[in-house]
Amino acid sequence: MSQSPLIEVKNLKKYFTQKSSLFDRKPSPVKAVDDVTFTIEEGETFGLVGESGSGKSTIGKSLIRLHDISEGTIKYRGIDIHNKSKKEMRSLRTKMQFVFQDPFSSLNPRIRIGDALAEPLLDHGLVTKDRVRDKVKEVMEICGLPSYHIDKYPHEFSGGQRQRIGIARAMVMEPDFIVADEPVSALDVSIQAQIINLFKELQEKKNMTYLFISHDLSVVEHLCNKVGVLYLGSMMELTTRDKLYENPLHPYTKALLSAVPIPDPTKRRERIVLKGDIPNPANPPKGCKFHTRCPFTEDICLKVQPLFKEVEKGHYVACHLV
Amino acid sequence: MENIPQIPRQMEPKVEVEGSKSSLWGQVWRRFIKRKMAVVGFLFLTMIFVFSFIGPFFSPYTTMGTNPINAHQPPSSAHWLGTDHLGRDVLTRLMLAGRISLTVGLGAMVLSVSIGGILGILAGYYRGIVDQIVMRIADVLMTLPGLPLLFIMAAIMSEWRVPAEHRMYIVMIMLSLIGWPGLARLIRSQVLSLREREFMLATDALGLRDRRKLLNHLLPNVVPILIVTATLSVGGAILSESVLSYFGLGVVPPTASWGNMINAANSLIDFTNRPWLWIPPGVAIFVTVICINLLGDGLRDAIDPNMKGR
Amino acid sequence: MSERASVLEVKHLSAHFETEQGIVRAVDDVSFSVKEGETVCVVGESGCGKSVTAMSVMGLVQTDVKGDLFFKGKNLAELSRGDLRRVRGNDLAMIFQEPMSSLNPVLTIGEQIMEPLLVHHPYSKKQARHKAIELIELVGIGRAEQIFKSYPHQLSGGMLQRIMIAIALSCDPDMLIADEPTTALDVTIQAQVLDLLRTLQEERNMSMLLITHDLGVVAEVADFVVVMYAGKVIETGTVHDIFASPKHPYTKGLLYAKPVLGNRTKKLYTIPGQVPNLVDLTPSCYFHERCEHAMDICREKMPTLKLEDRQHVACWLYEKEVKG
Repeated sequence: MSQSPLIEVKNLKKYFTQKSSLFDRKPSPVKAVDDVTFTIEEGETFGLVGESGSGKSTIGKSLIRLHDISEGTIKYRGIDIHNKSKKEMRSLRTKMQFVFQDPFSSLNPRIRIGDALAEPLLDHGLVTKDRVRDKVKEVMEICGLPSYHIDKYPHEFSGGQRQRIGIARAMVMEPDFIVADEPVSALDVSIQAQIINLFKELQEKKNMTYLFISHDLSVVEHLCNKVGVLYLGSMMELTTRDKLYENPLHPYTKALLSAVPIPDPTKRRERIVLKGDIPNPANPPKGCKFHTRCPFTEDICLKVQPLFKEVEKGHYVACHLV
Repeated sequence: MENIPQIPRQMEPKVEVEGSKSSLWGQVWRRFIKRKMAVVGFLFLTMIFVFSFIGPFFSPYTTMGTNPINAHQPPSSAHWLGTDHLGRDVLTRLMLAGRISLTVGLGAMVLSVSIGGILGILAGYYRGIVDQIVMRIADVLMTLPGLPLLFIMAAIMSEWRVPAEHRMYIVMIMLSLIGWPGLARLIRSQVLSLREREFMLATDALGLRDRRKLLNHLLPNVVPILIVTATLSVGGAILSESVLSYFGLGVVPPTASWGNMINAANSLIDFTNRPWLWIPPGVAIFVTVICINLLGDGLRDAIDPNMKGR
Repeated sequence: MSERASVLEVKHLSAHFETEQGIVRAVDDVSFSVKEGETVCVVGESGCGKSVTAMSVMGLVQTDVKGDLFFKGKNLAELSRGDLRRVRGNDLAMIFQEPMSSLNPVLTIGEQIMEPLLVHHPYSKKQARHKAIELIELVGIGRAEQIFKSYPHQLSGGMLQRIMIAIALSCDPDMLIADEPTTALDVTIQAQVLDLLRTLQEERNMSMLLITHDLGVVAEVADFVVVMYAGKVIETGTVHDIFASPKHPYTKGLLYAKPVLGNRTKKLYTIPGQVPNLVDLTPSCYFHERCEHAMDICREKMPTLKLEDRQHVACWLYEKEVKG
C-alpha cells in the first residue's frame, strides 16, 4: 500500500505515577506501556493480545486519546492526535470510536437507547433533530437490533444485545476506526459468535478499521489480519496472523498459544506450562521482561533488554534467541 | 465434526409495536406500592396536607378571631379541640399552623436541595479548585453546631425587628443554610463515583459537550438519591422549625406554627389542666415526621433496591 | 471402563427462587452422578443453573431445594445436622470463581489454611502449621513459609486460586466441586491451575465436579459431561462422545460457535437469540425459540432425557414416535 497508514504509533510510552506516600520518598512510575511502535493500515483488523497487566487497554485508550500519554506520537491519517487542542480533538472523535468490554457498565442506565444513540449525532451537529430518529433506527438495524427497541432502557436487554448497542453507539457517527477493548470476553459463547460475526459484517459493509484488544487467541485468530503480542507493556512479537499462528518465534507467544484449551478431547496435548506468575508491572524484571518465566533464559536475557527487530519481512520479535 | 450445520435462517421476530415505551418511574411506582408502611405514610401525609391546606376553608372560625370570653374552653361540639387563652379555635389554628410548618419544611428542603445539589454536582464533576472552595465552605458550616447557630441567627432577626409575616421565609433560609452542606457532600461523592463509571468514559469517547454530560448523564443518575434525601430532610426541617418556634425564635405569634402552639405547654397550669392546647400540635409534628420518614425509606427501596442500608 | 462406585448421586434436584416477577426455576429436575476418581463437567451459559446446582450440593442455596443427594450411598437428607456439616466440611470441598472474595482480607493465608485443620481435625497448632506449609508446597508454590505469613491482597489471582485449592484439599476430600475455577485467570495461569487440578486428582483418586462455560476446559479435563440449558439437563455423555457426535442442537451450536485455534472459518456458526427468561416458562422444549429444527411438539411438550447411542439427550428429534 502506497498511502500512509491509518494509525501510526511510534515509541508510545504511558507511565502512571503513583502518589508518593509520606514514607516512600521516591515515587516509581508504573510503565503501563513501554516503548511500543506499530501501524494499522486502512481496512485492517489489528489484534492486540496480552494477559492482565500487559497494557493492551492502555494502548487502546491512548489511541483515541481517552487519556494523555507520557511520550511518543500517535498519528491518525498523519495527524498527531495528542498534539491537538480539545476542540480539534472533539471533531476528530466522530472518526474514531471505542467499544467497551462491559456492556453493563458502559451504558448509562437512565437513558433510553434511542437517546443514547442520538445524542452524539445531535451534539456534533451531524444530523438534524427531525432526521435523527430514522438514522438511529437505521444503525440499530445494521447492528442487528430490531428498531422497535428504540425506546427501551439498557436494563431491558441481555448482555449480547447490550454489546450490540455499544457497537451501534460507536458506529452511529460513521467513524472509520474503532478500538474494541475485549468486546466479547464478557459474553457467553453463543452470543460471542454473534458479536464476532457482527464485527466482520460491519467491516465488509463499511470498510472499517479495527484495533481489536483481546486475551483470547482463538478470537483474535478468527478476526484479525495482523497481531501484536504484548507482555508487561512491551511488544514481544508483531506480524501477520498467518505467520504468528503458524510460525510463532517468541517463546512467550509459543507458550500463550499452547495454553489455549482446545475443545477437542482427542487432542489433549503436552503444553508448555509457564512457571511462575506474571510479574507486577510496577516492578518489571530487568533485562528481557519475560526472563523470569521463559523456559530458555540465558545470561544475556537477565541483563540486556532485547531489541524489537525485524527477523523476516513483516515479522518483528523482541528476543535475544531468535 | 463432519456436518457443520448451516447458519440458521433469521428467526421470525416477535411482533412488537414500537410505541411500547417503558418508564423507569412506572417501575418505581410499582415497587413503591408494594411497601405497605410507605404507602400508609404517604396516605397519612396526604391527609395532613388536605387537613392543613383545604381544612381552613371549612372552618367557621378565623385564626385572628380573638374572643376573650371564650378563652380556655375545653373541647366541645362548637370547638372540637377547645380554644386557647385568647378564645381562638385550636382546630383552626392547628390547620393554619400546619400550612406554615409544612411550607417551611418544604421550602427549606427545596432551597437546600437546589444549593446542595448544584454545588455538589459542580464540585464532583470539575473537582480541583471548584471542589476545594465548595467543600471548605461546607466543612466550615458543618463544624458549627446547628442549633446554637440557629438561635443566634434568630436572635439577630428579633433584634432587627423582622415583621412576623416575613419571619417564616427567613426561617426557611436559615434552615437551608445549615442543611445544604450535608446534601452537597452526598451528591459530590455520588458524582465522584459516577464519573469514574465506564458510561462516563464513553461520553468522553463520543466527544460530548460538558453541558450534555452534566445534564443528560450525571443529573438523571443523581436525581433518585436526591429525591430520597430531600424527602427525609423535610422531616428534619419541620422539627427544627418547631424547636425554634417553640422557643419563640422562629415563627412568632400571631402567626401560628405547630412549634409555637406547643409553647402553651410552657405554663404548668396549661400543661396539667388544658392538654387540648399542646397535645394536638405535638401529635401533628410526631405523625408528620414519622410519615415523612416512612415515605422516604419506602422511596429509597423503590427507587434503587441496591441503595438499602445506606 | 469398569463400573466404578459413584461418589455423588444427584437425583431430581430442583431449586426454585421466588422473585418479584415470579418463580424462577433455576434448577429443574436435574439428575447425574459422579463416579470415583472421575471428573464430571457441568457446561452451560450464564443463567443455565450450573452454579446453583453446585451450590445446592454444598447446601449453600438459600431456598428450599428438592430432590435427593446421595454421597457415597448415604442420603444427605437423612443425616443429622452435625453429620451433614462433617460431610460438607470434610469429604466434599468447594472452590469458587473469585478467590479474592472468598478469602478474608484481614487474616493471613496461613491462618486461613489452618482454620479447617483445627476445626475438623484433632491437630495441635504446631501440627496444623506444619500441614499448612505442606499444602502450600503441594499446590506448587515455592517460598511456602513466606506465603504462609502474607495477606490475600499481596498475592496474585493465580496464587490465590492455588491457596483456595490448598484449603479445599486440607481435609483430604473425596470430592472437589470447582465453580468456574479458572474463569478469572489469565490463559497461562489457567493452564497452570488446570494442570494442578489434574495431577492432584490423579494422585489422590479424587472425584471432581467442575462447573464451566468453557468447552476448551471441558475437553481438557472432563471424563463425563453434563450439558445444561435453562435449568434443565439436555444432554449427558462421555467427553469423547459429546465432542465427537453431539446430539442436541444446543450442544452442537455451542461446539460450532466457538472459534477454535487453527480453524478459520469465514463466518462463525451462531445460535440466534438468547437464553429465555426463566420466569413463567410454559411446558415446551426451552430451546425451541432458538432451534433450527423446532417442530410443533417442541413448543408444546417438554422432552425427557432418553438414551440415544451412548448419550442421554432430551430432544424430540430423537423420539421414535415423533420421527415416524
